[in-house]
Formats: sequence, structure tokens, C-alpha cells
Amino acid sequence: MSLWQYANPVKFLHLSGKIVPTLAVLSALSLVISLYWGFFLTPDDYKQGSTVKIIYIHVPSALVAINAWFMMLVTSLIWLVRRHHVSVLASKAASYVGVVMTLVALITGAFWGQPMWGTWWAWDPRLTSFLILFLFYLGYIALWAGIDDPDTAADLTSVLCIVGSVFAILSRYAVNFWNQGLHQGASLSLDKEEHVSDVFYFPLLLAIAGFVLLFIVLTLVGTRTEIRQRRARALLARSKG
Amino acid sequence: MPDLGKYAFAVLSSYGYSLALIIGLVVFVVLRNIKARKALEAIEAEVNHGKD
Amino acid sequence: MIALLIRDLRLAMRAGGGFGLSLAFFLIVVVLVPFGVGPEMSLLSRIAPGILWVGALLACLLSLDRIFALDYEDGSLDLLATSPLPAEGIVTVKAIAHWLTTGLPLVVIAPVLGILLGLPEQGYFWIVLSLLLGTPALSVIGTFGAALTVGIKRGGLLLSLLVLPLYVPTLIYGAELARRGTQGLETGTPLLMLAGITCAVTALLPFASAAVLRINLR
Repeated sequence: MSLWQYANPVKFLHLSGKIVPTLAVLSALSLVISLYWGFFLTPDDYKQGSTVKIIYIHVPSALVAINAWFMMLVTSLIWLVRRHHVSVLASKAASYVGVVMTLVALITGAFWGQPMWGTWWAWDPRLTSFLILFLFYLGYIALWAGIDDPDTAADLTSVLCIVGSVFAILSRYAVNFWNQGLHQGASLSLDKEEHVSDVFYFPLLLAIAGFVLLFIVLTLVGTRTEIRQRRARALLARSKG
Repeated sequence: MPDLGKYAFAVLSSYGYSLALIIGLVVFVVLRNIKARKALEAIEAEVNHGKD
Repeated sequence: MIALLIRDLRLAMRAGGGFGLSLAFFLIVVVLVPFGVGPEMSLLSRIAPGILWVGALLACLLSLDRIFALDYEDGSLDLLATSPLPAEGIVTVKAIAHWLTTGLPLVVIAPVLGILLGLPEQGYFWIVLSLLLGTPALSVIGTFGAALTVGIKRGGLLLSLLVLPLYVPTLIYGAELARRGTQGLETGTPLLMLAGITCAVTALLPFASAAVLRINLR
């Protein structure tokens, strides 16, 4: 028995139905504990003051935003090669979580940046890359919405995800080059601390765990939704035909 | 509430917007799921009825 | 394949073929910018390379849905798909036709529009070179986007949403090349990267575009 048995929608629904409640509870606990801990029980940073507390949302959401896209890339490839519907539906489900996480990362980045740099937005390479990632997510979701036939939509969005990933990586280098060229040295990476001291590190780890679990739960639930919608459509078509 | 000092607006806004977005996302995903489940159950019931 | 190319070129040149439209649009964008940012030549000449690049890019974008739409609507695309011509060949020819009828004219007219923006003298060479190297990439990438949305009614806005993020690297390196050249700075990196992007997308993206076209014509 391998992982591929869960490509079977019925088996997937069965297994995911069993593990989602547990994962949801774990996720909620991690999030509540880590955010409470980080917000109320950690000191201020000597350079950044209380804004360091934003790290407990900014970093985890950014991590999920990027990894959600990476997961979409893998599941899209699996769909194109092995034609497992569960795979591409999981990709679609993940995109909704990913786009919101990207937005959260952008917003928290802006609020963090405003007191630090005196401006709501800076064309910092990292923030700019996230803005581009946001656009890619929007395009992927819009393409799914714009095509009627589900299998055609699945194929087209999967190709878009793959081509988009290549261009996203290319953009990352291009944006680094673009900003570097303007002002060397003023690289303001909020989330690349040389060493995040322990007192911040542990609640941060827990927050990351909570966000990752949240992503998994929401994507599993979303995939279940997509599977059910697909089955409903099939039944409807069959009863009419 | 810890003393957030002059950064209170930034920190509270970040947390506020983020939590709002995340809760919105959870509500969206859960509601869609419930809707899909109900719709499927309704169609399956109809199809099964038709078989009787 | 040459026959297809000539046919597309002829179609584009006909009245209503859209040939002059992208040129006109480029002109309009360049004229609008000073109205938006003020008439000060010192400011305009600093941002001229960037404006010309963005204007050319948008003009390219506007003509993208013509690549496949007309053939799709009257059924000739299905005929092309069943012909012995490979889909990769079709999309490449379409991209070349788009570049010849849209990209290349933009390159030619850019220096003239540069005058409106006070482009410095050294800038003319660099804007032409960067656009010459970059517009083929815009056509090839645009063809991919057009293939994705070929079946969608009024998919123009969706096409823009999909293609613009894909245009970002080309725009960055192209505009940076033009800007640095104008200022007399070192241009090696953006030049190589831009040329690299054009070569790479021309060699590789047609396979994705062809796959997408086949999916849409199923």
C-alpha cells in the first residue's frame, strides 16, 4: 500500500475525514498558544521595539504562502502526469489558502515597515517578490474560475502553475538585481535576523507549526469540497443523460 | 495588554487585519464545504430515489 | 509554416487587421504620461526609458488576443490543428507574426516617442537595442497567454492578469538595460539576462503553448 491509494477520491475522503478534526484542534492550539505567548509574554526588541511581535504572524504566513505555491506545483505535475483528480483539486484548494497568506504577509510587512522605514511600502526585493507571488495566485484562481469544463480548467491551470513557477523564480532574481542596482547596502530584510534570540525563537517555531497545520487542514477540507462538487456534477450529468 | 509604546497602532493593526483575514478564510472554506456536502447529499438522495 | 506566416502577416496588414492600433496605443500612452506626472523635462528624461518600455509592453499586451481569437472564431484554428503542422510550429509562427506586426514596429517608433519624453541622446541606441532584444520575448510569452485563454469569451482582462506577471523579468532587465545605457553605466548583466530570457523562452515556451493549445482545442 503506498501513498497513491489516496488518489482514490473515496479513500481520500475517508482518511481526511478522520484526521481533519485532530489536525484542526492541534492547529488551533498551536496558534492560540504561540500568539498569546508571543504577544503577551515576550519582551520588546531593543532595535525594533514592540513591532517585533509582528514576526509571529509575518514569518509563518510568508512561509506558508511560498510553500503553498510549491505544493501546488507538485500536485499540478502529478495531475498532468498521472491524472489523479484528487491531486489537482488539492492544488486548487491550496491556492485559496496561499493567496490569503500572501496577503497577510504583505499587510503585516507593510505595518511592520511603516514605523521602521517611515513608509507604508518599500520596493524591497522580498516584499516585491511577494507582491508578484500574489499576482500569480490571482491569475491561477482567476483561470480556474474562467473556464467551464473542469478537466480543461485543471489542465490549463496546471500548465500555468508550472510556467508561472519558472517565471516566479526568474522574477526573484530579476527583482534582486533591480533593487540592488538602485541602492546598495540598504537591504532591509525584516525576517532575516542574523540570529533570532531564543526568547523569540520558540514562540515563532510554534506559530510556524500552527500556520502549517492550518494550511494542511484548510487544504484538506477544501479538497473534500472540490471532490464533492465534482461528484455532484457527475451525478447531475449522468441523471440528465 | 503589554505596553506597545509608540508602535501600538502597527502591532495591533497587523494582528487585527491578519486575524480578520484568517478567520474569513476559515469561514469561507468551512461554509463551502458544508454547502458542497449538502448539495451532494441532496443529489445522491434524488438519484437513489429514482432507483426505487 | 512560411505560408502560415505570410497569411498571418497579410491578415494583420489588412484594414481592420490591427496593425496600426498598437502603434497608436504606444503613442497614446507616451502622451498620457506627461499629463500624469507633469511636463518637467528633467523628470521625464529620467524616466523616459522606463516609460517607453512600459508603453511598448502594454501595446504588445493589447494585441495579444488577436493571435488566436480570429482563427478560433471562424474555425481555422481547428483546421490548423488537424494539419500536419505540429502545434509547436503553429505557436512559434504565430509569435513571430505577432512580433513582426507589433513588436518590431514598436521598436522602430520608440526613438520618435523618445523625443516627446526628452530621452537623452545616448539613450536612443539603448532603447532600440533593449526593445529589439526584449520584444520577441514579449511576443512569445504573450502567445502562451493567448493560447491559455483562447476559448474564453471576453478573456482579454484575464489574459492581461495572466501575462503581466510573466512579463516582469523581461521588463526589469529591458528597462534596466535602457536606463543604464542611457546613463553610461555598465550594461553587461542586463544585456546578457535579457538576451538569455528571449532565447530561453523562444526555445522552451512554445512547447507549453502548444500543449495548452491542444488542450483548448480538444
